[in-house]
This record gives sequence, C-alpha cells and structure tokens, in this order.
Amino acid sequence: MMDQKPSKNNSKTEKESPVKIKNLSVTYQTEPALWNIDLDFPQGKMIAIIGPNGAGKSTLIKAVMGLVPITAGKVSIFGKPYSKNRDKVAYVPQRGSVDWDFPTDALDVVEMGLYGKLGWFRRPNSKTQNLAKECLDKVGLSDYGDRQIGQLSGGQQQRVFVARALAQDAQIYLMDEPLNGVDAVTEKTILSILENLRKEGKTIVMVHHELQTVDKYFDWVVMINRNLIANGPIKEVFTKTNLEMTYQEKQRMSI
Amino acid sequence: MILEEILSVFLGLFTDYTLRYVALGSAILGITSGALGCFTVLRKQSLFGDAIAHAALPGIGFAYLFAGTKDSLLLMLGAAIFAWFGGIITLAITSTTRIKQDAALGITLSVFFGLGIVLLSYLQSIGGASQGGLDRFLFGQAAALIESDVINLGILAAFCFTILILFYKEFKITTFDSSFSQSLGFPIKYLNALLTSVIVVAVVIGLHTVGVVLMVSMLIAPAAAAKQWTVNLKKMVILSAIFGGLSGIIGSMISSTAEGMSTGPIIVITITIILGISFVFSPKQGYLFKYLRKQRKSQISLKNFKTISDKEKRNDGNF
Repeated sequence: MMDQKPSKNNSKTEKESPVKIKNLSVTYQTEPALWNIDLDFPQGKMIAIIGPNGAGKSTLIKAVMGLVPITAGKVSIFGKPYSKNRDKVAYVPQRGSVDWDFPTDALDVVEMGLYGKLGWFRRPNSKTQNLAKECLDKVGLSDYGDRQIGQLSGGQQQRVFVARALAQDAQIYLMDEPLNGVDAVTEKTILSILENLRKEGKTIVMVHHELQTVDKYFDWVVMINRNLIANGPIKEVFTKTNLEMTYQEKQRMSI
Repeated sequence: MILEEILSVFLGLFTDYTLRYVALGSAILGITSGALGCFTVLRKQSLFGDAIAHAALPGIGFAYLFAGTKDSLLLMLGAAIFAWFGGIITLAITSTTRIKQDAALGITLSVFFGLGIVLLSYLQSIGGASQGGLDRFLFGQAAALIESDVINLGILAAFCFTILILFYKEFKITTFDSSFSQSLGFPIKYLNALLTSVIVVAVVIGLHTVGVVLMVSMLIAPAAAAKQWTVNLKKMVILSAIFGGLSGIIGSMISSTAEGMSTGPIIVITITIILGISFVFSPKQGYLFKYLRKQRKSQISLKNFKTISDKEKRNDGNF
C-alpha cells in the first residue's frame, strides 16, 4: 500500500505544467534581453505575453524552444527538455521573418508543419498533403492552396502560418504576434480556432501587442520587461499598477 | 547559309572531339551551378557565392606550389579548401566583429583574390612559361578540357545532386523559414554548412570552364531567370539547371565557331541573354505582360468608374 502512493504521485506529474521556466536569462552581445525569468505556463489557458518593445517577448518564446542561446536557467516541456518533447510544441514565427516572395504556395507552406514528424529523408506524400489541406480549410483558405504566398493578403499569410502550426498537432502553441496588423476576418478566424484548441486542453501562448484586447481575448497574462513583472489570471494581475511597472521607461535590473 | 552553318556546328557536338568535351564540361557546370544557385539566390547570398569563388584562386596556387603538378584533381582540392576557408572567414568576421556582411564579403573577396594573383605571378616568374597555364583559372579555358577532366567534373556533379536530392526538403524549409526549421529540430547550422559545401563544389566545377571571376554569374543568372517562370521551388531548380546547361552547350558551340573566342565569357553572355528574355517575356512576372495587364486593368477600372458614375447620375435623377 505504501509503495503505491508515490507511483500515483508519479502519474500526477504527467499533468504538470506544460512549460516550466526556471531562472532563465538570455544575453545578446553584452545586453541582457531577459533576466532571471521564473514562470510556469498553466495548461489549457489562453496566455498573453505583453510588454514594451525590446522587452524580450519574442526572445522568451524563442528561448523556450532553444532558438536563442540561453545564458542561464532551464526550460522544460512537460518535464523534459525541449529537444525530447519537440513534437508537443507548435510555433508561429512573426510574419515578417520570412520572404513571402519565396517560390512556394500556401499548401506547401502548411505541409512544412509536418516535416518535423516526417524526419530526415522522408518526402511529403499524399497523406501529408491531405492533412495540410484539412488545416488550410480550418483557417478558411481551402480555395487558396495553390496561390503563391506573396499573392496572399497579410491576413491570409498569417492564417497560412496558423494552419502550419495546426498541422503540427501539438499540445502547446507558441505564437509571435499572430494578430499584429491583420484584418477583422483573420482575427476572428484565428481566435475561434485558438478557442477550440483551448477547449481541447491545449495551451496557447501568444505575444500580444494591443493592450485594449488583452482582457477580452485572454484568461492569463505574463507581463515582462526584461524582468518578469507579473504572471497570473487576468483578473488578478492585469492591473494599472502592474501595467505601469511593465511600461515604465527604464526597467531596473533586479539582481 | 546561316542555317547550314548552325547545323554544322551542332553536328560538331557529336563529331568534333574537342567540342564534345568542351560542351559536356560546360553543360555539367551549368546544370550543377544552375540547380544549386537557386538556393544561393533565395538565401540572398549571391555575393557570398562571388566571395567563395574568388577565394578559390589562391588554393590553386598553393596546390601547385606544394604538389608541383598541374593534376586537375589536386588543383580542384586546393581550390575547394580555400573557397571553404573564404566562406568561413566571412562568417567569422560578421559574427565576431561589428563589420557588416557586405563589408566582410568585400574583404574576403579582395584579399583572397589578391593573394591568388600574387601567387600566380610568383609561380610564373619562377617557373617560366610552363606555369602560364594556371592563369586560365581566372576566366576559365574550356577548350583545354579533356576526357578525364570531364569525368571528374561528372563525378563531382553527381555528388552535388545526390546531396541536393537527399536533403531537398531540409534545404527548402531552412531556406524559407530558418527559425521554424530549427524549432522542428533540424540542425540549421549543419544544413547551412552542407549547402555551402556543395556550392563550393559547384564553384570548383566551374574553375575550368568560366573561372573564378565569372563563376558567380553561373550561380545567379540561371536561378534568377528560372524564378521568373515559376512559383514552385522544385520547378525553379529544374528550370534553372536546364537554363544553365543550355547556356553551357550553346556558349561552347558559339565559341567554337571563331578562333580565340573564350568559352567562359560567351557562356556567361548566353545565360545573361536568357535572363533578359525571362525578365521581359515570362507570362506572370515579365515586364511585357505586366505592362499589358496594367494597361488593361486601368481601362477596365476606367470603364467601371464610368458606369458607376452613370448609375449615380441616374439615381440622382430618381431622387
């Protein structure tokens, strides 16, 4: 009987927070971009990361995936390092980070979301293509599959990126400003897709720009300005004091 | 008359021993650099290609200095090592100093090329006329290609294409969206190094035919031309290889018609003409059709505007 208890506890640890960040610091050249960040993303929540320009919002989600070199600290995805649990994470980079003049069409870009699961040397096939079509359909772009990506509007391009993340079929969705500068239809489409994912217990972490919409769209907020200012449910931490602290001009390093 | 002449040159491809190998060697170069050049262009690394091509020159000099032979494989090896080295130095300069990439490329290109010229002239001065052959790598001398050279080039090209086909998917996603590719677990540093290596091999293939100075145009021009005709990467790579290969064959045919016409520059001019045609006549992106579409569009919108304003006038009357 005594032996069984710890094993029960073990099964409980599977339900532990999807993303745990411990004492994370990231330094570019000599300038610290993130300083001693300590936070957990709770499961099944719509989480906004907010903060002024240069606060390290993008850096934070990149550091979770090991895309930027970490100076100190540790990140774990469902209790394991990112490299072991890669397939549980989907990523939507900033739209401006790629060349939309690239010779490829919308369907092909969505299919790239499946390259990780395909692994080395295996080619995309009719199965991956059908999956990609389904995802493109979910973002309302089923008629645009063969369109060169540069011929799409900004909002449509953003939806293609979201469709690619859907193709990854992950537990955690890390998104870098997917609502930045998009049209109303796109914003609505993306939000309803994310709401469905959240209902399925997926965790959505989004770098967000517009403060007016934070309490409308999200149920959790992380406020950073190189340091972590606040992390918690909107009702508790999305306060005037915290906002002032986040957006004040010079953030002091707390060492 | 002219037709007959063209026909005889064309037949020469099959009958004339020299022309056959020159054309074959140039075609191999064109196909390889055409296919790989697509990635150079899409990664916006055209000047990087130029820098590594120029950096290959001292490699030829050193290979000759130490090995003492003009064995083409050894010279190619020396060239490849230095081209690689040039590439690494460029990357090292940009990542460790505050010098930007364009300046770093300029530094590598000129320093290595200068070193190469110094070496070649030194070799010429100590060895007399027999070493004169080395400076053919400046602008290439396809006419000197013999059967064994062509076989070597073929093997190198086959190596490049094996890598390209095996890693096509990875090269594509890393070129399009490098951080996404990294998030999926693809080791982008190694993939970039691998891609650079095959481009170095393509540059080495080009040493005999077009030489280090003009090599970059064989990487850029076919790819830029192919990009005009398609919006699909696979088609672009194939088309670019065809354009490159075609310009190699046509260029060697043209240069065979007259004494003293260098093959390399003629090949480069041929591919430039193909590029020019593509810029003007490609149906989707060409200037000609773009211009025509614009004309038509403005006429249509003018018509629409008229009918709308007519309707409004009628509506005004109703009120």
